[in-house]
Amino acid sequence: MSKVKITINGMPLEVDASMTILEAAESAGIEIPTFCHDPELTRAGACRICVVEVAGARNLPAACTTPVSEGMVIETESERVIKARRVNLQLIWANHPQDCLTCEKTGSCKLQDYSYRYNVTGSPYKGETKVHELDDTNPFFFRDLNKCIYCGKCVRKCYEVNGAGAVEFMYRGFNTKVTTAFDVPLEESSCVMCGMCVDVCPVGALTPKQGLHNNRPWEVKKVLTTCPYCGCGCTYYLHVRNDKIVGITPNFKGPMKGHMCVKGRFGWDFVDSPDRLKTPLIKKNGEFVEATWEEALDLVAAKFKEVRAQYGADAIAGLSSARATNEENYLFQKLLRSLGTNNVDHCARL
Amino acid sequence: MTNTINEVEDAKAIFVIGSNTTENHPVIGYRIKRAVKKGAKLIVADPRRIELCNYADTFLQLKPGTNIALLNAMAHVIIKEGLADEKFIQERTENFAALKATVEKYTPEYAEKITGVPAEKIIRAARIYAKAETASILYTMGVTQHTSGTDNVLAIANLAMLTGNIGKPSSGVNPLRGQNNVQGACDMGALPNVFTGYQPVTDEKARTKFAQAWGVELSAKPGLTVTEMFSAAENKNIRAMYIMGENPYLSDPDSSHVRHCMEQLEFLVVQDLFLTETAKYADVVLPAVSWAEKEGTFVNTERRVQKVNQALTPRGKAKADWQIIAEIGKRLGFDWNYQCAEDIFKEIAALTPSYAGITYERLGVTGINWPCPSEDHPGTPILHVGKFSRGLGRFSAVEHQGPAEEPDEEYPFLLTTGRVLYHYHTGTMTRRSKGLKKVLNEELMEINPDDAKALNLQDADLVKVASRRGEVKSKIRITDRVPKGIVFMTFHFKETAANLLTSSRSCPTAKIPELKVTAVRIEKAN
Ligand code: SF4
Ligand code: SF4
Ligand code: SF4
Ligand code: FES
Repeated sequence: MSKVKITINGMPLEVDASMTILEAAESAGIEIPTFCHDPELTRAGACRICVVEVAGARNLPAACTTPVSEGMVIETESERVIKARRVNLQLIWANHPQDCLTCEKTGSCKLQDYSYRYNVTGSPYKGETKVHELDDTNPFFFRDLNKCIYCGKCVRKCYEVNGAGAVEFMYRGFNTKVTTAFDVPLEESSCVMCGMCVDVCPVGALTPKQGLHNNRPWEVKKVLTTCPYCGCGCTYYLHVRNDKIVGITPNFKGPMKGHMCVKGRFGWDFVDSPDRLKTPLIKKNGEFVEATWEEALDLVAAKFKEVRAQYGADAIAGLSSARATNEENYLFQKLLRSLGTNNVDHCARL
Repeated sequence: MTNTINEVEDAKAIFVIGSNTTENHPVIGYRIKRAVKKGAKLIVADPRRIELCNYADTFLQLKPGTNIALLNAMAHVIIKEGLADEKFIQERTENFAALKATVEKYTPEYAEKITGVPAEKIIRAARIYAKAETASILYTMGVTQHTSGTDNVLAIANLAMLTGNIGKPSSGVNPLRGQNNVQGACDMGALPNVFTGYQPVTDEKARTKFAQAWGVELSAKPGLTVTEMFSAAENKNIRAMYIMGENPYLSDPDSSHVRHCMEQLEFLVVQDLFLTETAKYADVVLPAVSWAEKEGTFVNTERRVQKVNQALTPRGKAKADWQIIAEIGKRLGFDWNYQCAEDIFKEIAALTPSYAGITYERLGVTGINWPCPSEDHPGTPILHVGKFSRGLGRFSAVEHQGPAEEPDEEYPFLLTTGRVLYHYHTGTMTRRSKGLKKVLNEELMEINPDDAKALNLQDADLVKVASRRGEVKSKIRITDRVPKGIVFMTFHFKETAANLLTSSRSCPTAKIPELKVTAVRIEKAN
């Protein structure tokens, strides 16, 4: 691949000629703000928060759509750039609820982060404000379109990655909003509740219902794990607070690129179902009675020994589990085989 | 899978057979739709008009249980029209002559009579698949859950070898595994005939290796499969059973029989998160923890070993499955001393060549695809590059056989079973999720509008569905997703346990029950 020499913030760099300014900056560890950019989606160039200064250019080009070229000299945080970004943020604030205290997105909101970074406290621009009703009709996430900044990432994610194409920009001008065709509730559209739009929304317009008021990013521990449902094997970070799961962040760097479906994204709350078995049970006279581990395990071992002694090892059989871990499946077959039988199977065939 | 999930996106042709991918493997479904947007041609073969049909170039709506006739006819067309990859066949395969002779009689017209798929569509599909630069086949239970399941898979492999669509990117033969760790359970030897990494129990060398490592004597006699276990319990050949994390009472065919068999056992121990329908028959129930409360690894359908990390403390007195098994092992007098899941993983890697190079540390945020024979090996995303594991790929001449049960006067409908997007398996987990339950919490058997009309049924009516083995009551959904004469149910809902109806007759080789074809009778219930 051919290379070009460029300079970013005074730093000389040699980068792939096919890169955008944003990609080149990222490869050098320089962060440029973005709202509408997502590396796997078509480039929208819509929000212009990513503008940078290029020596010799009259306007400030958008870093996410402008390709690098030989000899380019780029400033990502010059005075002109900062001024443009501040105006950009102020225009958003002119029509955005100042609701950060209780907004679910606080701490992981790009609007908030960049306002802090560029010291934007509100808006000198006054105008009409949007009044959309909070949509809480679907079981999994809220849609508060008053907070939408029209980055369009949800629309593109839904169409380009999921293929559902459930949401799009509807109406024009001030009335523009991101919604379903004919503005019907999501559940009546082609939406499959994958939550991928929620995970890319840069602000608090789309937020999960699970973990409500309990999921501040700085208060949760994030633990990487693998989905317990289908064989796609999506990986994600569980948000844990006070020994409870309060949310999920997909593993965008994992093989499935952070894509998920409704089961994995929202279906983890069975963990704390009141039906969970809490203690071993032994059946006595047809009724289950709570038992200690000692009692239960001793009984199991004694019965296995007894059956083996009386009828031979092949009178014992075990069904392992396509849901248990490798380690558990390994140990399970080792147990049965060590007892002297190969009667071990699981429901791979179902 | 011989190839990876992400490669699907760059295939030029995709042939999906017997897989409702968008509901059962949603992320792979996304990849298929994306491939179509990039210009790939999609062929869908399924008895039902599943969502993917909206994206398909060619939809082959075949009668359940007629896969082989369809696949053989495609092979017939490919050979007749000179579309076969001669070079690949010459260099990398054997037994081509036998295949050619067998598929000779499977003209598209002959297959049309068996499958109900118009001959010209079969021809079109064969051309698309054979002419594409890279073509990927995806299949699931719609192919394997038949009495002819093993032959179905062989017939699929024939197509891939015939066109050289194996051992290169975005091609291959790709079974999509239904459950999160089916692949791993098989890899780990939770099968009656093999140790880990598919080392046969009948192989003296393998047996000696494991016997030495484990310090025990090992049986050379292959064990029983699930279905055989239950029959053996009925005959008192099996006296005690240990069931971990499975719910055969709902998931296995012919549940009343399964239940009857379980009742014959002298001793049943069930280990699970919940008091499942199966656990209710147990003598001892052991509480296990969920995936979020333990450490270990799962293997996804593309053979990628990935980490499961403990996020929560165990609920109540529940323990991880591995801890429970280890405790039982100790009590049985085995010299086991596992402190953590990683201790077990190290033992697996030491005894399993395809896992030899994998360590917890190496798994990182992306995991590793086996085979990974050594610690400096990057893993193997694509299988059979340059060479099949057995040397030459062997064509198998397989013939169409009708399903074991066909609709007749008494049971005029054909029931086929599967899953839906919002639930999983027997529903033990998804039906305890508030959101998922809200979307759907009952069976809605799919029935064709014409059939509904003939039976005088309205949407959401309650019907009685009866087979030779049992009956259930279910609400219906009238939809042309299913053709006339075919109805569809899931097995997520214990109130309408579809497996009371299904038959346990299974494929003689793989012992996979024929869950996709059951003859049933339907009448309005009130
Ligand atoms: S949840 Fe998924 S399908 Fe629904 S709108 Fe969001 S991205 Fe689209
Ligand atoms: S809802 Fe969120 S992701 Fe969608 S356009 Fe608005 S701000 Fe962007
Ligand atoms: S999130 Fe959905 S697609 Fe991904 S592994 Fe889980 S069940 Fe499968
Ligand atoms: S991020 Fe570049 S224009 Fe929006």
